Amino acid sequence: MITDKFKNNFSGVNFFEKQQRIALRNCGMIDPENIQDYIYNARGYEALAKVLTEMKPADVVEEIKKSGLRGRGGAGFPTGMKWEFTAKEKNPEKYVVCNADEGDPGAFMDRSAIEGDPHSIIEGMIIGGYAVGSSKGIVYIRAEYPLAVERLYKAFDAARKEGVLGDNILGSGFNFDIEIRLGAGAFVCGEETALINSIEGKRGMPRSRPPFPAASGVFAKPTLVNNVETWANIAAIIIEGAEWFSKIGIDKSKGTKVFALAGKIKNTGLVEVPMGTTLREIVYDIGGGIPDGKKFKSVQTGGPSGGCLTEDFLDTKIDYESLAAAGSIMGSGGMIIMDEDSCMVNIARYFIEFTQSESCGKCVPCREGTTRMFEILDRITEGKGEDGDIEKLERLGNVIKQASLCGLGQSAPNPVLSTIKNFRQEYEEHINEKKCRANVCEKLVNYYVTDKCIGCGACKRACPVNAIEGKVKEKHKIDLAKCIKCGRCYKTCKFDAIKKDSAVLENI
Amino acid sequence: MADAKQNELKVFIEEYLKKDNPDSYLIAVLHKAQEIYGYLSKEIMDFISETMNIPSAHIWGVATFYHYFNLNPRGKYVISVCLGTACYVKGAGEVMEALKDELKIKEGETTPDMMFTLQGARCLGACGLAPVIMINGKIHGDLNPKKVTELIKSYKQTK
Ligand SMILES: Cc1cc2nc3c(=O)[nH]c(=O)nc-3n(C[C@H](O)[C@H](O)[C@H](O)COP(=O)(O)O)c2cc1C
Ligand code: SF4
Ligand code: SF4
Ligand code: SF4
Ligand code: FES
Repeated sequence: MITDKFKNNFSGVNFFEKQQRIALRNCGMIDPENIQDYIYNARGYEALAKVLTEMKPADVVEEIKKSGLRGRGGAGFPTGMKWEFTAKEKNPEKYVVCNADEGDPGAFMDRSAIEGDPHSIIEGMIIGGYAVGSSKGIVYIRAEYPLAVERLYKAFDAARKEGVLGDNILGSGFNFDIEIRLGAGAFVCGEETALINSIEGKRGMPRSRPPFPAASGVFAKPTLVNNVETWANIAAIIIEGAEWFSKIGIDKSKGTKVFALAGKIKNTGLVEVPMGTTLREIVYDIGGGIPDGKKFKSVQTGGPSGGCLTEDFLDTKIDYESLAAAGSIMGSGGMIIMDEDSCMVNIARYFIEFTQSESCGKCVPCREGTTRMFEILDRITEGKGEDGDIEKLERLGNVIKQASLCGLGQSAPNPVLSTIKNFRQEYEEHINEKKCRANVCEKLVNYYVTDKCIGCGACKRACPVNAIEGKVKEKHKIDLAKCIKCGRCYKTCKFDAIKKDSAVLENI
Repeated sequence: MADAKQNELKVFIEEYLKKDNPDSYLIAVLHKAQEIYGYLSKEIMDFISETMNIPSAHIWGVATFYHYFNLNPRGKYVISVCLGTACYVKGAGEVMEALKDELKIKEGETTPDMMFTLQGARCLGACGLAPVIMINGKIHGDLNPKKVTELIKSYKQTK
């Protein structure tokens, strides 16, 4: 089996035991800069040879359809169907695009897949080109990933030398070559129509659909856009067969999904699990649980388009439908774990600040709406929340979701709406009691001096409003009525004697 | 300003002018220009405009749309503070504040002595070390306000 290498190497290690690697089957197993290693030790380009010699383009489309593979870039659209739409177009000139823009600010799956195994992605794209009748491939990749770009260029050269890329591939008469287009740091360019504008050298603003890229994409030609991880699955499906693939996973979600597991968790890193694995298995069995004896609070998937789930949802299965039903999304693979020291209002503010600054500005609900949501959340975390703010956020969020042109706006309110739904009490505490139970929101915590104080007086000199009293060599005290919560004393104390806590109401 | 740098850019552009849809390579050209000059000045964009026969206004529009392009010169040390979700959850915000305090500049600015540029970044792929910053390509992880202040002080001394 094409995925055996990984299994044989790591069985018995907890972190790997529940994982199954298809997309990442070769990452760390082969030398990504050596095409021979890919060919001889990972059955590289065998799928391509099989397709070119034994299968008609329509057979390939059928095989991908049968596999049940769905897009790994976030939306989960059935890949085979997308291939079929593009294949049906009559235009002799078509484009095949690999979306390596990786927009989620807290994830790095696609980057690792390219850095660790560029040829699997290239092979997938060539097969895609053959299936839909295209001879032009484009990898659209973030400029922030220089190593991945370098590995791709090296891999192209090696593939051309081996005769698997370029004209007359493996003597079949089929031509296909790939070029790279660099992104330039705009989240919205991960959206496929914005990406197409960016490839054309324009500002990366989304277009309205229809026409869909399959009909009119890059330079108005039929265009097939798939995510890096989607491409990485193709060769494995061709070699092992659609039936093999469709037996992995559950219901409507087949195969595996890669996640970048991070945050307040013991084991961080890339994990690839069969669809249907539960969040709990990822957090506790693979991730090893929460460090420092802290309590689990939330798991965030889908980045700025996704949601925050509570402990009650830990038995949710990882598949497109279950995650959506729980109030989050599969997303492209970011998975951030939060513990009791994370403030959910602050996290919501973080994501909306991100989408607000990344909104391309084309439509009003997204541009203005996210700005208003950010202002309200900012106010709440500053201790200036008002009665009715939560309802305002909900109303704004729903309008933005319904009235925005592209997926950025349509999903931007999700982190806010899901935290309101699942952590409403925290919002209420911030607004009504001016408290932040996680002690994250600076303006809501109270500073106080503890017994560790040796009375050096440094904090007293640093305080801009003379809120600190105390004699030399004696324990100092903060007058909370005077304190403006600037945090200067906290940063100044060299003896770790000053603490902050929302719950402390007086310095004794 | 017909110098070696400009020549390098010109040769690069001319390669692309031979291809189909040459205008579509504008972003690639801007990347190259930034690689050569460190930033995109009005003069550089005008030069690209003439050489590629694309209106300056369009080039300006593209250059300002994408965050990756700098319209101002940068410091000797470029500090990228990861503000990715994992780093944020582990206190990247405080690290950024400490850096602003220490350097006395805002995010996106450069110190008057042209030593340090401070910018936010997204996931640097080192979430296991969160929160992390990158100084001229070198990753420093597991930071907090105190550690990062010390780190910058050590950079200031090496100059
Ligand atoms: C705001 C926004 C950002 C996106 N970012 C990405 C991205 O970084 N990578 C990606 O593959 N898809 C991204 N997508 C999804 C793409 O539009 C598209 O659905 C995907 O590339 C299709 O490939 P797939 O079917 O293989 O998933 C994004 C969508 C939106 C709305
Ligand atoms: S929803 Fe937002 S990002 Fe999308 S087109 Fe409208 S303004 Fe631009
Ligand atoms: S700086 Fe710290 S040790 Fe010194 S007086 Fe203040 S609290 Fe006490
Ligand atoms: S937080 Fe600022 S105002 Fe309050 S006691 Fe400390 S230094 Fe003074
Ligand atoms: S979020 Fe900072 S390195 Fe990944």
